[in-house]
Amino acid sequence: MTGRDEAYWAKPVRTLTVRTVPADAVNANVAGRRVAGAAQGFGQLWHKRFRVRLDGARVSPQEVIRVWKDRFGDFWPKGARVFLPAAGIAPGEIGLINAGVPGAPTFATGILVIYADDVSFSFISPEGHPFTGPITFSAFDDDGTTVVEVEEFTRASDPLWELLMILPFVGGKIQNAQWVGTLGNLAAHWGAAADVETRIVCLDRGRQWSQAKNVWHNAGIHSAIHAIGAPLRRVARRVD
Amino acid sequence: MSNTTTALGVRRIGDAGLMDIRGDVTAQSEPALAEAFAEASSGGIRAVILNFSALDYMNSGGIGLLVTLLVRANRQKQRLCAYGLNEHYRQIFELTRLDEAIAIFDSEQAAVGAAR
Repeated sequence: MTGRDEAYWAKPVRTLTVRTVPADAVNANVAGRRVAGAAQGFGQLWHKRFRVRLDGARVSPQEVIRVWKDRFGDFWPKGARVFLPAAGIAPGEIGLINAGVPGAPTFATGILVIYADDVSFSFISPEGHPFTGPITFSAFDDDGTTVVEVEEFTRASDPLWELLMILPFVGGKIQNAQWVGTLGNLAAHWGAAADVETRIVCLDRGRQWSQAKNVWHNAGIHSAIHAIGAPLRRVARRVD
Repeated sequence: MSNTTTALGVRRIGDAGLMDIRGDVTAQSEPALAEAFAEASSGGIRAVILNFSALDYMNSGGIGLLVTLLVRANRQKQRLCAYGLNEHYRQIFELTRLDEAIAIFDSEQAAVGAAR
């Protein structure tokens, strides 16, 4: 039997391959890495759900997802950029993420689109990303009102990211603010109030110490190393 | 996204609780899956086995639910196994690396045997 969902899923890949890199993007911590699911993470497992109702907006779930796919990065809060391939958000496509503050090395990571249909799409991240596990972006109709949702089942990928996640004002708070801000921007786009409902549940308080070794892939550390090596790479390119 | 129609049956064979999953597994399947898992994992069994032979549709919300079942099984010191996955769904398990945490078998007999 073939699933009705077959066209919506990406095919499995052993390691990620970045085909095209925009000139202004930092491509690090993605190519050659494996993806990491929630089972491969280190920290506590969280089920997070962020929702906003587009009250008063005459827009269908399909239209919301179409626009969101087309302009995904435009709805992100300031401070991070996502570079998507020309094909956009489609199963198997890889996006690069660059984030940072002025004066600090660009934090570089990425996402793999694992699923995309007309009312939802999902990402999974490479090893070294702050968290492991799927994130799903969706829209649905609730009694004539379109509701937009971000849902994740994620763990911090290694002990360093877990430490950041549990510190006040950083880590998990930044991650949560990212989706609250994104949904707020989406709501504003359709003239709705940015009243984002947040539901966060810890599914597993335990840490998976067998995954502590993930720290070797930590994208923060590798981004700093990548930044230090940038002048040398520039010299090498001139010599070539 | 389709309208979710999840049908679940629960059986017990030896030390294993079996969940026969028919239809769709999406985020909307959560109450039905949670109830069936509670029944399948009760009574001191050693493994919960998911039968996907009649699975017709699964989206990424469904993958999230499988992660929650895995956590519940681990918490109860039970093994979570699966069988009846066609090539497409095996690939989804591989893509999301769930195949490294949920033991996949070719048949019910093999899954039940591993639970002993």
